[in-house]
Amino acid sequence: MNIAKPNSYRSGPDERGHFGIFGGRFVAETLMPLILDLEQAYTAAKADPAFQAEMNGYLKNYVGRPSPLYFAERLTSHLGGAKIYLKREELNHTGSHKVNNVLGQIMLARRMGKKRIIAETGAGQHGVATATLCARFGLECVVYMGAVDVERQQPNVIRMEMLGAKVMPVQSGTRTLKDAMNEALRDWVTNVHNTFYCIGTVAGPHPYPTLVRDFQSVIGNETRAQMHEIEGRLPDSLVACIGGGSNAMGLFHPFLDDPSVEIFGVEAAGHGLTQLHAASIAGGRPGVLHGNRTYLLMDADGQIQDAHSISAGLDYPGIGPEHSWLHEVGRVNYLSATDDEALAAFQLLSKLEGIIPALEPAHAIAKVMELAPKRPRDHLMVVNLSGRGDKDVPQVGDILRGKK
Amino acid sequence: MTTRIDTRFAELKSQGRAAFVTYVMAGDPDPATSLEIVKALPKSGADVIELGIPFTDPMADGPSIQAAGLRALKIGMTLKKTLELVRDFRKDDNVTPLVLMGYYNPIYIYGVDKFLADAKTAGVDGLIIVDLPPEEDDELCIPALKAGLNFIRLATPTTDDKRLPAVLANTSGFVYYVSIAGITGAAAADASAVGEAVARIKRHTRLPICVGFGIRTPEAARAIAEKADGSVVGTALVDALKNSLDAEGRATAKTVNAVAELTAALAQGVKGAQQAAE
Repeated sequence: MNIAKPNSYRSGPDERGHFGIFGGRFVAETLMPLILDLEQAYTAAKADPAFQAEMNGYLKNYVGRPSPLYFAERLTSHLGGAKIYLKREELNHTGSHKVNNVLGQIMLARRMGKKRIIAETGAGQHGVATATLCARFGLECVVYMGAVDVERQQPNVIRMEMLGAKVMPVQSGTRTLKDAMNEALRDWVTNVHNTFYCIGTVAGPHPYPTLVRDFQSVIGNETRAQMHEIEGRLPDSLVACIGGGSNAMGLFHPFLDDPSVEIFGVEAAGHGLTQLHAASIAGGRPGVLHGNRTYLLMDADGQIQDAHSISAGLDYPGIGPEHSWLHEVGRVNYLSATDDEALAAFQLLSKLEGIIPALEPAHAIAKVMELAPKRPRDHLMVVNLSGRGDKDVPQVGDILRGKK
Repeated sequence: MTTRIDTRFAELKSQGRAAFVTYVMAGDPDPATSLEIVKALPKSGADVIELGIPFTDPMADGPSIQAAGLRALKIGMTLKKTLELVRDFRKDDNVTPLVLMGYYNPIYIYGVDKFLADAKTAGVDGLIIVDLPPEEDDELCIPALKAGLNFIRLATPTTDDKRLPAVLANTSGFVYYVSIAGITGAAAADASAVGEAVARIKRHTRLPICVGFGIRTPEAARAIAEKADGSVVGTALVDALKNSLDAEGRATAKTVNAVAELTAALAQGVKGAQQAAE
C-alpha cells in the first residue's frame, strides 16, 4: 500500500477524529452525546488562558514539573555509543507520566460539573494518578482493574484504596486491562448523568486520543527546551515504550515534524512474537475496539486475542490510533522487547544508574541497549523513563529468586 | 424496497397489536441446538428474531449475554457460521424477520461488502450494530441500505430532540429504543417513562418503535407493548437457556423447550396488551 506523506505529522486528527483510516467514534449511542459534550468542553478549555494557567500551576507545584532530563553517564559508557538522556517522568508525583493527563482530564471534569470519576488501569499507575487527583479535588473515584492485575500490582491497589478510591476487580474475559476498559465503558453507559470517564491512554473514541496526547505533550515540549539548553540542539533519537502509547505520544508529538529526529516506539513482545505477546503493530492488523479503529491482536474471525506481557501496563491487545497512523506513514519505527529483555534492562538500569525503572519503560531501555551501541558518541538519544519500579519490586523479586 | 421487517410490522398494525421481538445468541450453547432454538422462536410466538453475533468484548452487554457469547465462541462459533445458521433457518421459514445484532469488528474483518452480500443471500433482513453511531454511517449503514438490508438504530434516554433527527436519518425497519441508560439485563424499564420517550420519538418518525433492555417477564412485556410497537426480550431468554445446561455448559434435552416455553409465556403477555390508539 502506498501512503502519501503528509505536509505535517502534527495536524491530525480531522474533525471526525480520524488519523488516516484510524481513530473515529465507535461507541454505543448512549455515550455519543457525552463524547460530543466532552469535545466541546475541551475545545473551549483549550482556548481559555485561565485553564492553561491553572493547569500549569498544578503541574509545577503539585506534580513537580518540569521533570529533569538527566544524562545517564554510566549507562552511556557501558553501552559505548550514543549519549543517553533519561526523561525522568518517574520523578513526578504518583511516580509516572500518567498524572500529566489525569490532571488535565480532572480539570475538564470539574469544568463540566461532573462529580464522579471512573478509570481503567493496568499496572495501576493511571489508577493511582486518578485516585490522587480525585482526593485532591474531593471527587468520587472508581477504578476498574483486571483481577490478574490486582494480584500482580498489589502495592498500587493498596495505594488507590488509601487515597479513597474504590478498586473494582474485573473478572470478565482475560481479567486484564482490556476487560477493565470494557467494564469502565459499561459503568459509563449506566451512569452517564454524573460520571466522567478518565481514560488513561491515547486510545478510545475521539476526542480522547487527542486530548490525552495534548496533556502528555508537556513531556516532549520540556525535552525540546531542556536539550536545547544542555546540548544546544535537537536530540537525534527518541525511544519510549508503548502499551496504549501515551508516554510515547507525549514525547514524540512535539518532534514529529523534525525530520532529523529518529523515533522508536517499543511494544511488549511478551514470550516472543511467535508466542503470547502484546505487540499490536508487530503482530496485529487494523480493527475496531474500544471506540476506535487501530491495530489490534485478533483472530481470523475478528475476535480479540489475549495479550501477554510481564508488564501489566503494556498488557493490552491494541494501541492508540495515532500510533497506527504514524506506523503506516512510516514516521515512527515500532520495535518490540520481550519479557526477558525487559527484565535484563530493569536490572541493568538499577545497578548502573541507581534508578529502578517500572517494567514498562524497562522495555524502552531494552531497545536502547541495542540501538545505542550502533550509534556514534555524539548521537543524542532520549528515552522516556515513564515510571518508577517500586510497584514491580515484589513481582520482579519473585521472578529473580525463582530463576536462581 | 420492502423487507420482511416492513411486511411484518404492517401485518401487526392491521391486527392492532405490538410485536414480540426475541434475542438469542447465535451458536449458544452449540450451533445445532442454537438452530433448533431459533426455529422454535416463531412457533412459540416471536414476531421478530434478533440473533446475536458472538464477540469477545461486548461493551454494552451485561454478564448474561457476555457469557452466552463466550459459550458460543468457545465451541467455535464465527460470523460465517452465524450466516450459515440463518441460511438453515430460512429453509423452513421465509417470513419471520431476522435481524443480526452485535459489534462492528467481526463484520469489518469479514469484509463489509462480502458480509452484506452473504447476509442478504442467507436471508438476513436487518442489522443492529451497537458501536456504529450515525457519525460512522459510511462504514456499514449506507452500504447496508444500498444492499437492501434495514439498518436499525438504537435511540437511548441520552438521545435528545436535537440529536434524534441524526439518529433517525438513515434508520429503517424499526427504531430500537433502549429503555435505560445501561447495559443489557440490568435495571428494569419503567413503563411510564418509556411511554413518554416513545411519544417523543414518534414526533420525529413514522417507523415502528420497539423497546428493549430490562424487560424480563410477561407482565413487563405487556406493559411495554401497551406503550410501544414492540417489546424486546433477550437476557431473560438467554438466562432460561443457561439454566437448562448441564454442569459442563452443554445442551440437555430441556434446553430448546426452556427457551420455547418462556417465549410462549412472554408472547402471551405481549398479545394481551391493549394498544394505545394512534
